[in-house]
Amino acid sequence: MNKNLLHIRNLSIGYGSKIVAGNLSAIIPSGELICLLGSNGTGKSTLMRSICGFQPVLGGLILIDNQEVHQLNEKELSKQIAVVLTDRVVVPNANVQELVGYGRSPYTGMLGRLNAADKIIVARAMEQCGIAHKKDSLLTSLSDGERQKAFIAKALAQDTPLIILDEPTAFLDLPARVEIMQLLRDIANTSGKSILMSTHDLDLALQLSDRLWLLQNGGPLITGSPEDLLLKNAFQKMFQHKGVVFDNKTGLFKVMHTQHSQVAVKGHGFEYVLLRRALSRKGVRLVKANPDDSNRLEVNKDAPKPFSLYVDDQCIQSEDSVEVFVNRVLAAKSLLEVQSESRVLSE
Amino acid sequence: MIPIFQRKSVLIPLSLGILLILTALNLAMGSVNIPIAGVVDIVTGKGSSNVIWENILLRTRLPQTIVALGAGMALGVAGLLMQTLFRNPLAGPSVLGISSGSSLGVGFVLLVAGQVWGFSFSRLGIWGDLAIITASLGGAFAVLALILFISHKIGGTLSVLIIGVMIGYLSNSVVGVLKFYSMEEDVHNYVIWGLGSFSRMSVDRAYLFAMITIVPSLLALFLSKSLNLMALGDRYASNLGLKIKRARLLIILCAGTLTAIVTAFCGPIIFIGMAVPHLAKLVSRTSNHLYLICNACILGAATALLCNLLARLPGMESELPINSVTAFIGAPVVISVIWKKRKENF
Repeated sequence: MNKNLLHIRNLSIGYGSKIVAGNLSAIIPSGELICLLGSNGTGKSTLMRSICGFQPVLGGLILIDNQEVHQLNEKELSKQIAVVLTDRVVVPNANVQELVGYGRSPYTGMLGRLNAADKIIVARAMEQCGIAHKKDSLLTSLSDGERQKAFIAKALAQDTPLIILDEPTAFLDLPARVEIMQLLRDIANTSGKSILMSTHDLDLALQLSDRLWLLQNGGPLITGSPEDLLLKNAFQKMFQHKGVVFDNKTGLFKVMHTQHSQVAVKGHGFEYVLLRRALSRKGVRLVKANPDDSNRLEVNKDAPKPFSLYVDDQCIQSEDSVEVFVNRVLAAKSLLEVQSESRVLSE
Repeated sequence: MIPIFQRKSVLIPLSLGILLILTALNLAMGSVNIPIAGVVDIVTGKGSSNVIWENILLRTRLPQTIVALGAGMALGVAGLLMQTLFRNPLAGPSVLGISSGSSLGVGFVLLVAGQVWGFSFSRLGIWGDLAIITASLGGAFAVLALILFISHKIGGTLSVLIIGVMIGYLSNSVVGVLKFYSMEEDVHNYVIWGLGSFSRMSVDRAYLFAMITIVPSLLALFLSKSLNLMALGDRYASNLGLKIKRARLLIILCAGTLTAIVTAFCGPIIFIGMAVPHLAKLVSRTSNHLYLICNACILGAATALLCNLLARLPGMESELPINSVTAFIGAPVVISVIWKKRKENF
């Protein structure tokens, strides 16, 4: 079952004589969902296009089912790889059913007419992608998410062992992104097809894919299961940017704000976390209050107004809104600021 | 689900019916009205007691009707092919520069011959006609060969489109130079040729014309699968197993041949080729070219017949030039379709 469908060996990709990325090697096992990640300009799209056979490779090999992709003609390749592109094609008058039907083209005759078996496959593909109820709708009348499902159904109807999608979630809102990713996960699980998609949604990719391909600038390709890559700290190296930190535990990026001043605070709990977030955005870091800090903030989660501002040990203001309180703190910042370097960061 | 007036089972017979009625009207109506029964008798060869009717029908209206039918069909199909290939609702048979090539060929014959040999081709009668047809076909096929060569060498649909349009401009400017140095009579003849006409042929030649336009129009049905895939864009088409270069070559060859033939026999007929594909897509809500090509055939013929009918409305002594009428029919169609599409997309 788990044989390797696609092999990439020592591949160089690019245009003409310009190599975008080289020394790429990877595999796609059958029935796996694989996400290709990488910053803009690293050559994700070029890699996808090279695998699809849309553009020549500059060196190395791409083997699908032990045949070299660039040796296959259009007809043979159309039965191995189905694609979903980012291009927004406008097909005049086309409805969902027709589009999915065109997915059967590699198998139909000269006039492109669908036989009974083709029609069943088309219906099943629409059903699986949850777009069957829209089968008579024009493509132009669909939402972005529905359009994407229709094109995925087209790729399913093409009945190939490998489906390649170029940023299928790029134009979608968050619920639709999750839905499309889950749909692809489901297809990989139930049909045994392999799916390769490029994406920028690292958090979804970590949760849903079997394997990640991380494309470094200029190569090589780092591949492995999400967990193994986390173990190897692969993401920190990958996304080395100022102001962004990758949190291995959550698989999320954290924005690092530049902090200019420190303010002492006493308290804990959810309200405290919210206050810390809001102040951190404004460049104020919270440190644990020492007993002798007479100017400080206090968070008391049980009080009706949990946020209090103390000057000279006197509570001068209490608020129940984080926004109002933060503005008050910023106004009194010069008074509240604590200088010491040895302060403990409060967690 | 689908409104009754958008079902294929209703619309195709309906448009066929309209085509039949328009054919009958074209034969019956004009400066002399002939009753339908008389028309049927004469056309089916039973003959009629009225010699004038027989003359009018067989010498003028029958060839005109047949030519309009064939030309409309050919231009409708050629326009549809071009709009799908270039994925552009404003494309038409003229975008490849083929009719401009024709104009250039005809321009050389009509304008240069007068200068060089000191006579007007229009005085030569039948030989003059043949010379014009030959020149037109020569110009058209020269441009078509050039376009096919470029398409094969360069590839890329957009570059073919741009080069076609540029060839059009170049031919027009050469024709402009020719006109500038020509005799007034020759220029007049050239302008008349450029206004287009369905009535330049005898009945025999009309039948020949119908053969060489209707057959390739129907052959375009075999391109329908390629066209369906081309509409998805080059990448999707190639991923679905289409040999893009070959398909593009065949589509250009088919549309180019149809345009060349119609232009040679009728002059450059404008707007039918641009408007009919929109009507064809309006009649069947489908993207499948198997149906769209059928629609374009029927509606192209019907539109040409309607224009021909309007060009010689009863009560008028002379005819209007056909291109003036086609623009009046075609432009509103194109405008309304673009208007509607604007609302649909945003």
